[in-house]
Amino acid sequence: MSTIEVPRAELLEVSAQPKPKRRAPKRKTINTIIWFVALTALTLIVLYPLFWLFLSTFKPSGEFGQNPGLIPNNPTIDNYIKVLEGIGGTPLWRFFANSLFIAVMAVIGTIASSALAAYAFARIQFKGVGLLFSAMIGTLLLPFHVIIIPQYIMFNRLELVDTYWPLILPKFLATEAFFVFLIVQFIRNIPRDMDEAARIDGAGHARTFFSIILPLIKPALITSAIFSFIWTWNDFLGPLLYVNSPEMYPLPIALRLYNDTTSTSDYGATVAVSFLALLPILIFFIVFQRFLVDGVATQGLKG
Amino acid sequence: MSRRETRAGYAFLTPWLIGFLGLTLGPMIYSLYLAFTKYNLFQDPQWIGLDNFVRMFTNDPVYIQSVQITLVYVLVGTPIKLAAALGIAMLLNYRDKGAGFYRSSFYAPSLIGASVSVAIVWRAMFSTDGPVDNSLSLFGINLGGWVGNVSLVMPMMILLAVWQFGAPMVIFLAGLKQIPRELYEAAEVDGAGPFRKFRSVTLPMLSSVIFFNLLLETINAFQVFASAYIISNGSGGPAGMTNFYTVYLYKRGFPDGQMGYASAMAWVLVIVVAIIAFVLFKTSKSWVHYAGENR
Repeated sequence: MSTIEVPRAELLEVSAQPKPKRRAPKRKTINTIIWFVALTALTLIVLYPLFWLFLSTFKPSGEFGQNPGLIPNNPTIDNYIKVLEGIGGTPLWRFFANSLFIAVMAVIGTIASSALAAYAFARIQFKGVGLLFSAMIGTLLLPFHVIIIPQYIMFNRLELVDTYWPLILPKFLATEAFFVFLIVQFIRNIPRDMDEAARIDGAGHARTFFSIILPLIKPALITSAIFSFIWTWNDFLGPLLYVNSPEMYPLPIALRLYNDTTSTSDYGATVAVSFLALLPILIFFIVFQRFLVDGVATQGLKG
Repeated sequence: MSRRETRAGYAFLTPWLIGFLGLTLGPMIYSLYLAFTKYNLFQDPQWIGLDNFVRMFTNDPVYIQSVQITLVYVLVGTPIKLAAALGIAMLLNYRDKGAGFYRSSFYAPSLIGASVSVAIVWRAMFSTDGPVDNSLSLFGINLGGWVGNVSLVMPMMILLAVWQFGAPMVIFLAGLKQIPRELYEAAEVDGAGPFRKFRSVTLPMLSSVIFFNLLLETINAFQVFASAYIISNGSGGPAGMTNFYTVYLYKRGFPDGQMGYASAMAWVLVIVVAIIAFVLFKTSKSWVHYAGENR
């Protein structure tokens, strides 16, 4: 808090009196060292569970009770070999493929439908836009548990339970208001000059949207795509409700299979699958962290 | 506002509108109806008036317990999480060089926190002779496992929530960056110490961001599901201590097939969330300071 301004205040003093000149940079260096040490310690604590998960995948199953530390005593890749075979006759790659299919469809649906809705909310003046925009914001805060029961009943009537439709269809209908809102905020920051010029030249909304707005909102679309992918990949409740056949399980549900049947005897397999399930997200995160962090920051501030 | 504009507007809005009416508003109305019925998916819904609500509050101790533990989780976990987020955001704001790496590292848990993998790791880390237990025993603290312990499983769940402080932290940090330095300099000239500067400059200038984070994190905390479900293997144990509101709602609605009762539960949650949002918005006028306002 105070440390934020300490260096500046001292520099002001320095110009008036030459004496503390040597002390000022020294104190700044000490503050910086404390800063690095404190944050590094915090980082280690925060990331410890992830290190632990990764290194534990190399522990033989028997080691779990005795060695709670980070480093395996007798490192082995047996866990991975065993796990890759799959469970209950379904190979592991199948669960990965299921997750990937659902997530990719969700990304395509989310981006397409959210960008269309966001353009309407941000750039088209029409009757009822204010009311509908408020309704969209309202769904941001709505606990989704109030709609899962009727949605389940509906998909059940349509005989779509145990298909991927209930997981994918809502994404094509822009039901996640977070993304619509994120893109609306982004479009509002784009100067109107260009699309107004295009409109004067006779371009309709479709033309304006596809040739002017869409290329300009690429960063918002990428942010939405990454979040959409990660959230769908992690989703637990959706597949828990709608997917019953083991060969159709996405990873989070398949993981439970490993966890339920083997939790007492085979920790090694459980941690190995947990890590593999997390791996795509961690890679995504490392590659796109700037987008993700900035996306959250701007979305939050303008709310 | 021409008719052509209106037609274009609704054309662009069609997918959202179908989703909103068919998958949000329609289901909401149906679920409101179901809340006053007895319905098990196989027989037609049977109108029972307020019975579900009466039963909830007078004749279902499991429901009362799930409300209690959810409230403890929200009321204890959310302030700790936000305080951690603000404290670390201020630490990160001290200097820009090198802060980016820490900022990203702290954000990672927010992204994966709700995943099944993390719940499994958490359970393993807090189990008997797990890493947490072992580190504490170095300081002479012997707690045994947290997972099966009635009084420790809640602190463990709260730690999992606090661990995900990265999302509100990023928002706080963006807010801190917007505070003009001159305000701190002026406060210093007036002889303000660090605490005074925090109280008189940082908090008021950050109030709109605090409001936003408080609203969002509180509402999110009410809806904790996957981690509680996985950690207890869907049982809500030990002794119902992980039977959070949404876990109980799920169990009533799906495995038990009491869809009317679960709908009533969902509506109580909606009303509670609406009241919290309303109270926060109402009181915010007295404590939230927006830039450009002179007060």
